[in-house]
Amino acid sequence: MKKIMVVCGNGLGSSFIMEMNVKKALTEMGKTAEVDHTDLASAKTVQADIFLGAADIVGQLDDGTRTIVTLENMMSIPEITSKLTSHL
Amino acid sequence: MLELIMNDILGTPSILVGLFALIGLLLQRKSSADVVSGTLKTVMGFIIIGAGAAVLIGALDIFSKMFDHAFNVQGVIPNNEAIVAAAQSDFGTSTALIMVFGMVVNVLLARFTPFKYIFLTGHHTLFMACLLAVTLSVGGLSGFPLILVGSILLGVCMVLFPALLQPYVRKITGSDDFAIGHFGTIGYFVSATVGKWFGNKEKTTEQIKVPKSLGFLRDTSVAVSLTMTMFFVIVALFAGQNYIETELSGGSNFIVFSFIQAITFAAGVYIILAGVRMLIAEIVPAFKGIADKVAPNTKPALDCPTIFPFAPNAVIIGFLFSFLAGLLSMFLLPALGLKVIVPGLVPHFFTGAAAGVFGNATGGRRGAMLGSFANGLIISFLPAILLVFLGDVGFEGTTFGDSDFGVVGLLILSVMKLLGLS
Repeated sequence: MKKIMVVCGNGLGSSFIMEMNVKKALTEMGKTAEVDHTDLASAKTVQADIFLGAADIVGQLDDGTRTIVTLENMMSIPEITSKLTSHL
Repeated sequence: MLELIMNDILGTPSILVGLFALIGLLLQRKSSADVVSGTLKTVMGFIIIGAGAAVLIGALDIFSKMFDHAFNVQGVIPNNEAIVAAAQSDFGTSTALIMVFGMVVNVLLARFTPFKYIFLTGHHTLFMACLLAVTLSVGGLSGFPLILVGSILLGVCMVLFPALLQPYVRKITGSDDFAIGHFGTIGYFVSATVGKWFGNKEKTTEQIKVPKSLGFLRDTSVAVSLTMTMFFVIVALFAGQNYIETELSGGSNFIVFSFIQAITFAAGVYIILAGVRMLIAEIVPAFKGIADKVAPNTKPALDCPTIFPFAPNAVIIGFLFSFLAGLLSMFLLPALGLKVIVPGLVPHFFTGAAAGVFGNATGGRRGAMLGSFANGLIISFLPAILLVFLGDVGFEGTTFGDSDFGVVGLLILSVMKLLGLS
């Protein structure tokens, strides 16, 4: 099963909301994946297949080996669905 | 038996929140594995907060002593995580009860009044519950009336503040899909108003080039470590090598000691954040699930970074101008006889950045600059004034950071004084 890590600065508020939206999008797509959320510092030490968040946050995780997905509107399920499809 | 239930079970906040998580998980008909792990993790989250507090308070205590010795005036670091963690030993049970029943009031208000908002920023619900528990008890309430009044006020805050901002949020996001639920509202509202009066929204921040190199400060751990190191070392230089090495550090070099204390403070914040994350991980989805059923057609009120991607330049500008106001206030406050509020990068980043986005929406770049500057003044002066009213409740060196905590705290304490309760 793929693991999706949702990231924001504090790992408390907006990443949590995105996690709930990602789970909703996955259900709509009929896919399953392990979804969790955390802060930027911790994200650098965890393993995941996909890192997802706002561009200025997850951009800092981009070291060429990680798969990064950036969101413009964290509340948009269609945006999450379209951006995740190719990675699942 | 009754005493065991009342004192040891319901009187232990970690068990109390665990019980709420258990009920939430059972109501959602989760699998037994999810129920067990969710309940245990919620209890653990609360205990982690306490452990983080122990780490952080040691460093905070040393900072206060150094600051006092150096400048002969008290320095206070506003940090929501720190004060909530520190308050848990005395106010843990009332905080937990107000938090949960406040959520119930929020759902009822969203169901039966025109204020259709569900406040999903769980850590701010926790912080506001704690502020209410502390201020109402300083104001003279206790027991059942404290929980009742606290829960009603919390529920009202959870719908009124998002409603106040909604016209501007619509302007920023171009939709009415979600609201902002973050207790920096007064700062954002003032910023948007300042922008409207003095700015020009045609000249938006997004047309100018802003260096992206400050982005690394979005990492809370880095931002806290960096500011605390700066302030610790500066204060250490003023406090003097002799004082620190004989009184505080037990002989080790004063700069090295200060650096380690600064990072210890940041480590404490990191631990508390991990605890808060665990604590709210089950409660927020349960709250949302129940709210969706009981009060359909409501808007979710979300944490402030959800509007950051709509104006990334305003985020950087807002942070800089808010922080500038914080630095300036550091010198103004003692001149007015108030305690010194040490500006933190984290509160200025989150609320300053959001204030920048709101100011930009109504007044372009000038709105973003002036508005976030106003926010910086607000989050420096309100905590300082709140400290005067709170008096000595035993939290040395820290206080609530964001603007709404100051406004709500001051309102409660002055109303209760007028009513002659305290």
